[in-house]
Amino acid sequence: MGLTREEVLHIAHLARVGLDDAEVAKFQEQLSEILDHFQALAALDTEGVEPTSHPLPLESVMRDDAVRPSLPRDDVLANAPMTEDGALRVRAVLEE
Amino acid sequence: MSDSLHRLMAHEAQALLATREVSASELTQAVLDRIRAVDGKVGAYLTVTEERALEQAADADERLSRGDGTALTGVPVALKDNMCTRGVRTTCGSRMLETFVPPYDAHVVERLRAAGAVIVGKTNMDEFAMGSSVEHSAFQPTHNPWSLERVPGGSSGGSAAAVAADETLLALGSDTGGSIRQPASLCGVVGLKPTYGRVSRYGLVAFGSSLDQIGPLTKDVRDAALLLNTIAGHDARDATSAPLDVPDFTAALTGDIKGMRIGVAAEYVPNDLDPAVRAVVDAAVARLEELGAAVEWGVSLPSTKHALACYYIIAPSEASANLARYDGVKYGYSYQDGDGMWDNMEKTRQHGFGSEVKRRIMIGTYALSAGYYDAYYLKALKVRTLIRREFEAAFERYDVLLGLVSPTPAFRLGEKLDDPMAMYLSDVFTLPVNIAGIPSISVPAGFATWQDESLPVGIQLMARPFDELSLLRVAYAYEQATEWHKVRAEV
Repeated sequence: MGLTREEVLHIAHLARVGLDDAEVAKFQEQLSEILDHFQALAALDTEGVEPTSHPLPLESVMRDDAVRPSLPRDDVLANAPMTEDGALRVRAVLEE
Repeated sequence: MSDSLHRLMAHEAQALLATREVSASELTQAVLDRIRAVDGKVGAYLTVTEERALEQAADADERLSRGDGTALTGVPVALKDNMCTRGVRTTCGSRMLETFVPPYDAHVVERLRAAGAVIVGKTNMDEFAMGSSVEHSAFQPTHNPWSLERVPGGSSGGSAAAVAADETLLALGSDTGGSIRQPASLCGVVGLKPTYGRVSRYGLVAFGSSLDQIGPLTKDVRDAALLLNTIAGHDARDATSAPLDVPDFTAALTGDIKGMRIGVAAEYVPNDLDPAVRAVVDAAVARLEELGAAVEWGVSLPSTKHALACYYIIAPSEASANLARYDGVKYGYSYQDGDGMWDNMEKTRQHGFGSEVKRRIMIGTYALSAGYYDAYYLKALKVRTLIRREFEAAFERYDVLLGLVSPTPAFRLGEKLDDPMAMYLSDVFTLPVNIAGIPSISVPAGFATWQDESLPVGIQLMARPFDELSLLRVAYAYEQATEWHKVRAEV
């Protein structure tokens, strides 16, 4: 099954990954080939088979609700591109 | 002696350190000298932490002189660059994290530090561990120490090459679909992927969270057992870490495998193999039979042929969610000059991620998107159940399954770079293990002539969940009955 150019752009938008024109063309071809390979699974009979989301038989692991120190704020913010008054700064979501 | 200390196995070094015949500082200096001498050709390291390593070595010497060293006190270790190291940049092979300096240590790093190991540096890898050759590193290629025009395998290819070139005594890698075992096979070293949940991933940069596992890359099986002893065990900070007791893995190193039931997995030794590679498997099986194991050919796990599609739906789906955190706001590369917040975010991810990472994010986003979830992601999870059940059935009859790690020895740099499907197929024998969550080891099993060069080939052993002891038992007996682990690459 081939992906259209519009479908590639739609997926890129959902993933918030910018692509240049050359990448769009390349991914259209490569992703189509990879998705073709997935088609073999459609023919497999999985009627009544439970999905495995996780290989361990662990469920709902809980920890004690105890107060613990967290990382020092300055250490965490040291990697941030923009900060202001001890907080992360971002561009406004809605701008004029 | 001091001009060849870098060639030691870790357990050999430990003996010399304990008796103070060699100091940790001398040993560390020998490894740093080796890195300086050959890493220009190999390219295994992204960061060498020389100053810190010498400080840690001095601390180790003090500890050893007090007589309270551990098996790893004073022993140099290299870390794949997706394990967080406080105060030392952790790039994950990506422009996105080129300047990222973690504010904390990963669990495995804490364990190594507590044991007194000396961390010599951070090794090269495919970006975000996505790849089979390290060619997807944003920074540099890594060259296979056995043939410098060839790939070391990936994604833990920097760690495998560093061990193979004697640029460290021990290394850690991570394995999501073969990323420890495949480079171990291609570089002629031991690579162990423990059971999912055996080693805490706290501080490991996440890729495929239901698949990722940390494990050792070493020069021999004893070193793998010693390193696993140090890093295994429950950690409350990783909810998927198994709350189980950890055995002493060196207890498996008996050399005795009489009566052990080993099944040769048919799909892992296919009929169309190159004859030279096939001969390596035949010789390994013959050696295991001589050692008294009950080996049976032709064990079939028919869903193996669906593992590639299953994996390349599940892993990219999980990756697309995990990598959503790279938004240019909290840490990492940030594009600032765009037309508003959304544009900045898209451009951050456009310029911060390389092609393979974008490709996988796109596959995963597609597989999880409305209208396709049932056909792709949910279907893959059901096929995952089939693959897991086939392993369970096989382990009712066999203690260990045997097959190849990789269909071919190391390929040439550039050979598969522009053909993602060909690259993905190089992991066809390693992916099912991660899908099922079982432990597996790659052990050097000889050399095959491939494209006119003699190159290392590893065999893969697989066992029941949390039965690393059986893996190590067979691997050790086999290794001690052969000389392959003593053949070193000349760089």
